Parts: sequence; structure tokens; C-alpha cells
Amino acid sequence: MDHLDQLEAQSIYIFREAFARLKKIALLWSLGKDSNVMIWLARKAFFGRVPFPALHVDTGKKFPEMYRFRDHYGKEWDLDLRVEPCPPIDAVDPTLPPAARSAARKTEGLKMALGKFGFDGLIAGIRRDEEATRAKERVFSPRGLEGNWDVRDQPPEFWDHFNASPPQGAHLRIHPILHWTEADIWAYTKRENIPIIPLYLAKDGKRYRSLGDQDITNPVASTASNIDEILIELEQTKVPERAGRALDHETEDAFERLRVAGYL
Amino acid sequence: MNMIVTPASPATPNGTTRPQVRIVIVGHVDHGKSTLVGRLLHETGSLPDGKLEMLKAVSARRGMPFEWSFLLDALQTERDQGITIDTTQIRFRTNSRDIVLIDAPGHAEFLRNMITGASQADGAVLIIDALEGVRDQTRRHGYLLHLLGVKQVAIVVNKMDRVDFSAERFKEISDEISAHLNGLGVKPTAVIPISARDGDGVAMRTDRISWYKGPTVVEALDALEPARPLEALALRLPVQAIYKFDDRRIVAGRIESGSLIAGDEIVIMPAGKIAKIKTVESWPATPVAGRQGAGRSVGITLDRELFIERGDIVAHAGSAPRETRRLRARIFWLHDKPLAKGDQLLVRCGPKESRATVVAIEKAVDPGELSSTENKAIGRNHVGEIDISLSNPIATDPYTENPRTGRLVIEVSGRIAGGGLVLSVDAGQRAVPVDIVPVESALRPDERSARYQHNGAVVWLTGLPASGKSTLAKALERRLFTNGGSPILLDGDTLRAGLNSDLGFSTADRSENIRRLAEVATHLARNGHIAIVAAVSPAREDRATARRIADTAFREIHVATPAEVCEDRDPKGHYKKARAGALASFTGIGNDYEAPQAAELVIDTSTRTVAEAADEIEQMLKNTGVLFDEVVDLAANI
Repeated sequence: MDHLDQLEAQSIYIFREAFARLKKIALLWSLGKDSNVMIWLARKAFFGRVPFPALHVDTGKKFPEMYRFRDHYGKEWDLDLRVEPCPPIDAVDPTLPPAARSAARKTEGLKMALGKFGFDGLIAGIRRDEEATRAKERVFSPRGLEGNWDVRDQPPEFWDHFNASPPQGAHLRIHPILHWTEADIWAYTKRENIPIIPLYLAKDGKRYRSLGDQDITNPVASTASNIDEILIELEQTKVPERAGRALDHETEDAFERLRVAGYL
Repeated sequence: MNMIVTPASPATPNGTTRPQVRIVIVGHVDHGKSTLVGRLLHETGSLPDGKLEMLKAVSARRGMPFEWSFLLDALQTERDQGITIDTTQIRFRTNSRDIVLIDAPGHAEFLRNMITGASQADGAVLIIDALEGVRDQTRRHGYLLHLLGVKQVAIVVNKMDRVDFSAERFKEISDEISAHLNGLGVKPTAVIPISARDGDGVAMRTDRISWYKGPTVVEALDALEPARPLEALALRLPVQAIYKFDDRRIVAGRIESGSLIAGDEIVIMPAGKIAKIKTVESWPATPVAGRQGAGRSVGITLDRELFIERGDIVAHAGSAPRETRRLRARIFWLHDKPLAKGDQLLVRCGPKESRATVVAIEKAVDPGELSSTENKAIGRNHVGEIDISLSNPIATDPYTENPRTGRLVIEVSGRIAGGGLVLSVDAGQRAVPVDIVPVESALRPDERSARYQHNGAVVWLTGLPASGKSTLAKALERRLFTNGGSPILLDGDTLRAGLNSDLGFSTADRSENIRRLAEVATHLARNGHIAIVAAVSPAREDRATARRIADTAFREIHVATPAEVCEDRDPKGHYKKARAGALASFTGIGNDYEAPQAAELVIDTSTRTVAEAADEIEQMLKNTGVLFDEVVDLAANI
């Protein structure tokens, strides 16, 4: 088994545990490279089908390429796609800095979707290497009744035994690719030939390393026009993956505050 | 400014050239774990550009001296209090390795987080303050590494600058910790004097430690080996689920040890049923040829239909795990309430879960203390050896034979409260012949069936409250009795008044209620009676347990009367109370009834009379070999 085989086997194990132990789960499909790998892994885990809904909490501000991708592959992959809107920006905590506030809209949209469908588990494609508070996450991560994350009281998790009993009315976040890195995602995407949104590839000296809302995501300087070149670029770069995400850089703890409130 | 530490050097994409090793840094609080990690990142050139300058600026702005630990303590509260609360992971490279460093908290309060981090590691660095020496968390972490199965441990004696780089002080600490670890069967791979703050011994042997001839920390990390999958051991495939998405019936799970290939003769434990692997299924290409080894998540189909459930273990015939209801384990305990004899728990071995009772506490000590005082109960953050009795048989191995399947976790109120190693699976077996001697019946089964004109059976009526289960059960009872048979009605509510009066309506109690019903019914069936069970039994898993207990005698009837009709009938007034909020955990309102997928019979009582429904049941019992046809014919002729 090589490195990618090991990552894949572990993710499949997590998917099957989530499906066996929770009653009503959904996969959060953000249309980005990570969540597309997740869908691929779910199809591997369940022999070709995704036996739960794919939820897209839509800010309405994604790139047109992303919407096209969603509509095309939602059908081709036979997903039970649920598109849920976010509330207007006025409904979001005004003390947050602008980009973080914009991102927090998504948390509100997520809460509304949770209330509507009553999911007890949400599968999310976050990774430990992306961001420092995410590095502290559990694979099965309990959320409070308000969808909040209590980082100071995370349950023990070891030997692939997961805490899968959320309190009545609360839910769990399940993170099947927590142990993957950005380079792993690209190497696997290439090996498995998983479709991607072209915005990740360089055009006119720029490409997106991470895709969020159009107004708070910036491209990075790059000449990588295919996955092999992306992998070489990642070998050499010392620029963080989320450098183009405005919300990460507004204040020292903006991202932590977002996550504690239920952001991914 | 956000403090992101990114992997400046990401993991090798193909993983073929450089092994990845996961290493946890443990030790007493304030002995310098986070400082060492920060220093390692710096020495190996793994910090993003400008990171160091930025951290220094942030420290200056906060009026605090620069600390390497600021790199890792990502949470605001961690930085404010200068304490690591939860484990973090960070990646960097040495000359020959991709390393995932796991920084675990040293504070006793956060031992659960240390365990979470250390359990994922291939090797460990145990750090000790040269001035303070070996402390209680040093010993506790050392012990836990042993319990978690982390065998490669490098010792680092930090803050040598505080003891003037004294070789003598170093030797003192080195001897003490080596003796402690040797006592646990752990042999340190190296003991290294360092100053994480100044860099001595981290990547370079400086003049100040010229008396030291061993490896630096970076060299010691390079010598640690990644854990290898256990392909050489006997096959263990714990079943996570059975999938029937299409016409395939796929048994899915991860191979924990050994390997398998289509055509293998296998045995399903604990039931001991034999089958052959027909195919190994996959996606997008399927089936897959070739041997599948430990670590793979697979799906197999079998050459015959067997009742298999989540938690069963697929093994090769001849090298199967032992089936037991009793085992001894060495555990660590994380719950506030000490673990005592008689405590009721939930035990998980892989995907298998079972209710359990602590039969005996054989040992209970604080691994942080030097003198091991024996206690009666296992306190929080302490360790011990316990005997547990399980309500369902499980298949497992002692950890010395299989480190993957020979371990378990304990849950209290749905949260993991402890874990440990299976020491032996025969702890209770010796006691059984002495204590429990089953007395066999004086009658043979065929004597009874000749009289009753039927075989023993468990007729299980499941359905929503007020769906008509009890009415049908009574009609069936009357009819079988009239025909000379021996039916016995077991009503869920009636048994709750006596046998099950200690049980409430929690998920665990409901499961136990069903298990007892099934055990009693099965006993009756084995003695030739037809036990008619009328119980809502909403959980599919619980009914699967009942089927496993009764085995071939089980006949499931889904009384599938529409929910609106049931609520309309409401003879006991339960729906009304539940709607008013006065009846918690009531099945019927909401979606908590899991309908059977393969019942022997489905009956909707809203579209037929009681007599018609009883006819259908009788016919099913005939078709499935419970009732002998002749009896009806005889009755008609008289």
C-alpha cells in the first residue's frame, strides 16, 4: 500500500463509521478540490453511490465556473443534491470584520439547513494542514445545540473509535480527510482522474489555490497550468494555502471565532 | 494577523521515496514541548517566510518575551494563558523523513487530549526539564505510551542551560527515566541532552554538550520507523456494515491484520459460520483480483446467504479469534467518576459493541506516583486491570497476539471514558463450569413436537404502538392453542412490569429489554413452544440481535399499519400524551421506528380483519416449517 492508498483506506473507514452510527447525515459539498475528493471517496466507500444528500450551502457569490461544475457533476454523479440559501448579510454578527462577516453568513445558512433537515451528522472536507485551529480538530467533532464548537472540551478520540452520540438536537461534524494535505489532495485527484474546476489552474500568471466566495478570495501568482506543475509548485512554496482567503488575515483570532461559532 | 503555520514542505505526493513518520511530543507541563517543536521547525527550515519576524513582532506588541510555543498554540486562550490545551499537528521534513509532529498538552487536566494525540503516533519524544527532573506527568505519559502501544520512545533532557550543561545531572535523569521505562517494557531509542531555546542538541552537537556522543533530536527522529501494517498476522476483518445497494450483498470493513483473496474459506465470528469469499468488490473497477492486505478498506461477497452483522469478525478457518463473554483488560480511565466493581458500561472492540459489567478490579494505581498505592476503584487519569463480563459474546484476541483487535474502548453516556488492552479472553471461562451448570430437559424436542404438531419458534411482532400487535398476538395464541399447540404470549409491556422493571427507555435500556425478551422467547422455543412476542422494538439493530439469539427459530412479522391509523386508534392514550409532550421517548411520533427490511411477513391491519391476518400468519408458519400441515387437515376431518 502506498501513501495515497493508506489515506484512502482511512477515509473510507471514517465514511462507513459515520453512515453506520448516525441516523441522518449529509455531505457538505463546497465544490472545491477537497470536497470533490470527498465525494469520490464516498463513492469508493459505498461502491459507486453516495447514500446521503450532498448539501451545498450557497452564498450566491461563488464563481460561475463553480455553479456550472455543480450542476453538471451533481447529475453525472447521481447526487441527492440539496442547495440551501444563506440569509442576508444584515442577519450576521456586525462585530466581525468584513470578510469574516461574509463567511459567517455561510454558518448561518448551515444552521438554517440543519434546522430544516434535522441532520445529526455533517461531513466536511477540512484538513489539519490548512489552518492552525483545524489542526486541533477531531475526526468526529461534536457541536453544541447552537452548532458551536467547544474547543476546550473535546472528547478523547483514539484507535479509530469515534464519539458518535451527539446530544439530542445537536450534531456532529465528521472530517474524513482531516489527515490529508494539500499535496495529497492533488496527487489523488490526478491518480483517480477526478474532475476539477479550471480556476485552480494558472491563467495569465495567476491561479486560485483555494476557492471561496468571489469577493473574498484572491488568486495567487503561479504558472502551474496542470496538476503535475501544481505539485512541483507546492514542493517549493512557503506561502500558506489560504493566503488568498481574506477572512483568515483580518485579526489574530477571526478564524477561531468563526470556527467556535460553527464555521467549517 | 492570524498565526498560521503551514507545511512549508508538504508531504511527498507519491509517498514512495520518503517514509512518513508520526511523532508525538509528550512530557510534564512546562518542560518545553512546544518550544522544542518550534525550534525543530526553525532548524529544519520549515517556517514560512517572515513567520519568525512576525511572531517576534506579535510578542513585542503583547508585551511578552518571544516564545517558540506561540507558533503552535493556535487558540486565543492557549496564547493568553501560555498553555497548550489541545493536541496540534504540524508537518516538516528532515533529510530522510516526512514528519508529522503531534504536540500534546502536558497539563494533567488535558490528559484526554494527550491520549488523542499519542494514539496516532508511530514514535514518541518524551521531554524532561533538566532542573525539575522526572515528574508525575513524565511517568504518567511514559506509562500511557506503553498502554497506547507506542514502542519507539526517544528521551530528551531539555533546559540543559539551566544546569550548566552538567553531564552528571544528565546521567542522573537518564538513569531514573530509563529504569522507569524499562520496568514497563519500553527501551528508549536515545537519551539526548538539549536546550530547545538555544538550539543545543536539536540539530547540532554544540561545544556546550561536547561530552555527549549520541544522536541529535533530528537524527533520532530520522531513526524512528513508520508503523507497518500487520500483514503477517492472522486475518481479521471486522465488519463495519452489510450493504445491499443493488443485487450484491457486500460485507464491508477494513482488514486490520492478515490478508484475503477471493476463494478463501472463512469463518464469521463469534457465530462460527463458515463460508467462502466469492468476490472482492470495489469501485470504479469491480471485482478486483489479487490479494488484499492489512490496512485496506474492502468489500467482499460470500458464496452463501448468512446472517452477518456489524461487529462480526471475518477470519480464516483454523486461525479465528476466540469467542468470549468475559475478558481481562489493562485500561486507562478518563472519566470524573472512578470506575468501580459492578459498574455498567458500553465496551467497543472495533465496530462491535456490547453492554458490560465490571466484575472485578484487580489493580488500580496512579501511574504518576512513585509508590503504587493500590485502590479499590480506578480514578480519573489512573490505570488498572479489570475483569469485564459482556452481555453479548464478542470475538477478540489478546493484544500480545494481535495489537489491532486486542484493544477496546469504554463508553459512559455516549462518550469515550477509557480504553485499554485485552490481556486475556479466558478470564471467566474457568469459572463457568464451576459456577454455572445448565440442567438439560428430560424431554427430547421431537417428543414435544409430536404432541404439539409444531416446532418451537419465536414469532416476533414488531410495529408502531397501536398497530395491532397485541390483538394479533392474542388471536394467534388462541388459534394455535385451539389446534392443540403450545403458544406462549410474551408482551413487551407485561414483561416490563416484572422481569424488566429495572429498565427505562434509553437506547441502551431498550436494547437490553429486547435482548431479554429474545433470550426468554428462545428458551421457550428450544423447548418446543411457540413464543409470540409483541413488542414495538423500533431499532433494527436490536431486532437483529434478537434474530441472532433465536437463530433459525426466528420469524419476524412487521405489523405495518399506517402511522395515522395507529395514532387514530390510540387505545392506551399514548399518542395523545406524547403529542402533549408528557411522554418522552415515545416511538411513533417522529421517525425513530426503523421498519424491517426482510421480515418473514408484513401485515397492514387497516386493510384486513383480525381473522384474515391470523390466517396469513398461520400460512407463513406452515410455509416456513413451524406448523405441521397435518394438524389442520386432522382438525377439518373431525
